[in-house]
Amino acid sequence: MSAGIVSAAYVAAAVLFILSLGGLSGQESAKRAVWFGIAGMALAVAATVFGPGVGNYAVIAVMLVIGSVIGWYVAKKVAMTEMPQLVAALHSFVGLAAVLIGFNADLELTRVLALDETSRQALTGFAGVLAHKTGVEIAILKVEVFLGVFIGAVTFTGSIVAFGKLAGKVDGKARKLPGGHGLNAGAALLSLILLVLYVNGASIWALVGMTLLAFFIGYHLIMGIGGADMPVVVSMLNSYSGWAAAAIGFTLGNDLLIVTGALVGSSGAILSYIMCKAMNRSFISVILGGFGATTGPVMAIAGEQIAIDAEGVATALEEADSVVIVPGYGMAVAQAQQSVSELTRRLRAKGKQVRFAIHPVAGRLPGHMNVLLAEAKVPYDLVLEMDEINEDFAKTDVVIVIGSNDIVNPAAQEDPNSPIAGMPVLEVWKAKQVFVSKRGQGTGYSGIENPLFYKDNTRMFYGDAKASIDQLVQSI
Amino acid sequence: MKIGALREISAGESRVALTPDSALQLQKLGHACVIEAGAGEKAGFSDAAYTAAGVDVLASAHAVFETVDVVVKVRAPEPAEAAMLREGQTLISFFWPAQTPELLEFCREKGATVIAMDMVPRISRAQKMDALSSMANIAGYRAVIEASNHFGRFFTGQITAAGKVPPAKVLVVGAGVAGLAAIGTATSLGAITYAFDVRPEVAEQIESMGAQFVFLEFEQAQDGAATGGYAAPSSPEFREKQLAKFRELAPEIDIVITTALIPGRPAPKLWTQDMVEAMRPGSVIVDLAAERGGNCDLTVPDEKVVMENGVTIIGYTDFPSRMAAQASTLYANNIRHMLADLTPSKDGVIVHNMDDDVIRGATVTHQGAITYPPPPPKVPAIAAAKPKEKVTEFTPEEKRAGEAAAFKAQTRNQVGLLVAGGLLIALVGAYAPASFMAHLIVFALACFVGFQVIWSVSHSLHTPLMAVTNAISGIVVLGALLQVGSSHWLVVSLASLSFLIATINIVGGFLVTRRMLAMFQKS
Repeated sequence: MSAGIVSAAYVAAAVLFILSLGGLSGQESAKRAVWFGIAGMALAVAATVFGPGVGNYAVIAVMLVIGSVIGWYVAKKVAMTEMPQLVAALHSFVGLAAVLIGFNADLELTRVLALDETSRQALTGFAGVLAHKTGVEIAILKVEVFLGVFIGAVTFTGSIVAFGKLAGKVDGKARKLPGGHGLNAGAALLSLILLVLYVNGASIWALVGMTLLAFFIGYHLIMGIGGADMPVVVSMLNSYSGWAAAAIGFTLGNDLLIVTGALVGSSGAILSYIMCKAMNRSFISVILGGFGATTGPVMAIAGEQIAIDAEGVATALEEADSVVIVPGYGMAVAQAQQSVSELTRRLRAKGKQVRFAIHPVAGRLPGHMNVLLAEAKVPYDLVLEMDEINEDFAKTDVVIVIGSNDIVNPAAQEDPNSPIAGMPVLEVWKAKQVFVSKRGQGTGYSGIENPLFYKDNTRMFYGDAKASIDQLVQSI
Repeated sequence: MKIGALREISAGESRVALTPDSALQLQKLGHACVIEAGAGEKAGFSDAAYTAAGVDVLASAHAVFETVDVVVKVRAPEPAEAAMLREGQTLISFFWPAQTPELLEFCREKGATVIAMDMVPRISRAQKMDALSSMANIAGYRAVIEASNHFGRFFTGQITAAGKVPPAKVLVVGAGVAGLAAIGTATSLGAITYAFDVRPEVAEQIESMGAQFVFLEFEQAQDGAATGGYAAPSSPEFREKQLAKFRELAPEIDIVITTALIPGRPAPKLWTQDMVEAMRPGSVIVDLAAERGGNCDLTVPDEKVVMENGVTIIGYTDFPSRMAAQASTLYANNIRHMLADLTPSKDGVIVHNMDDDVIRGATVTHQGAITYPPPPPKVPAIAAAKPKEKVTEFTPEEKRAGEAAAFKAQTRNQVGLLVAGGLLIALVGAYAPASFMAHLIVFALACFVGFQVIWSVSHSLHTPLMAVTNAISGIVVLGALLQVGSSHWLVVSLASLSFLIATINIVGGFLVTRRMLAMFQKS
């Protein structure tokens, strides 16, 4: 296959990728969109494999089979509730791949530069590309390699920490080493010095040193971000993995890599922006970790949490005409989506209006709840966004809050000193009755008390979300 | 304590303040009950029924006054009755202290405690003893019944073999308790009902009862919450607008029920002579405000008059009394609830707690002093309406100027960004070789396309979007592929490792996306 045909295939692949992302604007077109993505990827890989300058086909074939089997197995095995962890883990792969490829580029460069003029001419493939570079181009190449490895390394450790936090293997609380952001800044500065050294001819050890520093930055940066901000973190890491791919593309002079990396990078950046806006937080404050400083004492909460049993909730549901369910991370943890779906089915069979209200940052991944509800076969036209349903709460008879906390916290509107003041929230307390399914009296991920639980029209339905809803389903 | 009810002596009054049922409840509070002979007769409660409920029947009002500690009745006492009060005795009835200061002073001199049922504050806790509301509810219902009695047609529209019957159109003016009850009754009879009130916040209540709110375009609407839920006098301009609206409606309306009252003032004149004249023959006006002068110019209190053009105007003032059995039951319950609040430990001992908002508010004389008017209650009756945000109205010129300014700012922004970006690129271009610039162009364009495309992705698909972008970012596999052909063993092994993990990423990412998207289903 000639270089021209490869380029043509790349153009087609890039267009397919763009169509694939664009197609995600609607549920129905999304099903087609994913095929565009697959086709684009297949085209790109095939064109590269059969294009000029690629060898060791046996290795490629073996790796392809092993990788595909592992990928297929993981994708089949994973439970929908574990989706955030999976996405984070996959990001770390991209990060690591970028690091390795960057190192390779450096190794090849060193090897090529060591050769004499005649043998350089004989080189093909990537080495051939390197061989024809001028002095300035090699300097630029080094910067690109350095950037690619840096971003890749940050993505790698960052994603691993995010994976650990999401999977519950690492404590979800924000944690920093003494020195805080100073450490990160110091590491970044050191990396910059290493960059200068590297471009001016330092050996691969500058690259290795920087990689270690970047590993530390990735680890420390994400450790410092609380579990509640994970949706932003995941989409941010998504963005990073894209930029890493783009940097690698520059290194290798491969336009498809650049295009795809840029697409992924900008999409992740926008997603992060949308998430931050939904939480009324600035991107910087999320990345730097922790909530902004509050200006005064947090409002004291009067009253007490009143518990209720399944019978009580069932009676209220029997009498209600309109029901809104607000799912949160607790539903995902308890795997309660099937039970919730069954509850929805029964209530709808009785002629009641049942809808779901989804906060943009419910769960630990953008759109997390939608996916879970879809898995449980809740029709997606019942599932509404915050802006679509917030005004309807005043007309709603019963709201069931399942394992969400901060996104229904009235303090965001009522208490200017609350750490989440100004964050848009679902105004469930305006409904006639609110039932909160919750494991215990603890606070949410952000560690803030929720005055909703103390309101007169709120009853606490304690217990594991799945067990509680199952019990409820039986009494209806 | 002994509680006694009197026979009402004012003409046309059929209600009674104690029913056999309420007597039983009072006995549970530890009280003994007596009643004047024949007191419940007009309301359908015989003396025998009272006796059966354990109530002593006494021959005369005098005997009742002699024996009891608490006298309960419906109407304010006549002078003869008031004269029989003695020191320390409590009287519970309607009293209207603002209109009858002499009677109030007389009772004070007598040393009696008077609890005026019409002074019960309008707070949630006191609703169970709010006799004004319970009586108004009956009046509203009865007003429609009286109207239908004098209206020669069906309320509901019908198409029958014998011809088409248009539905009656009812206008209710004043949507207080009586007005809302009238709306409910009229709509359930099948009439098309319109309702008007000066308090815009009751529009929702009107609509909830099934009537259409007659909307008046007027800015300075009053906040009814400030006056405890009652209407206040409106400005002359507002009144003019209102009358103009009624004038417009009058020819189409078959039945008008007016219930507009302003506390402590004569009823406002809302239905003028020319409106009456504009109405069709056979139409009926029921003026529930007749006792206070009437909302209609031509109302004659306590009478039914038929105008020359065939419009009937009903000015009865005794609607609750016309449904004496129902009214007595509800009123007796109001009284019973009041006594229950006065007997906190249910042991038959009355504790007149002047710190209680409800009891304090309703008490007009106590221990030889006049305690009217009461201080404002500690709990506001209705939460004050939040001040509405001022929506500044722009003139078309201002709007256009604003738009032009926004457009200019946007243009400036965009041009500024373009210039800055262009300069930056030019700076890079000045130093970087051409081969790098070619890639940079591609990169910048791809970023741009990415930004444009992602904005339209729907929120619920953000997780699939992440999975797809994640799978696509496995494109780094190309880098590994390009390097795997190297002749250096380390390069080959690193490249194949990265090829492996990137493949996992691609396959896993796409498959999981497929799985997720397959789950999204329409209902």
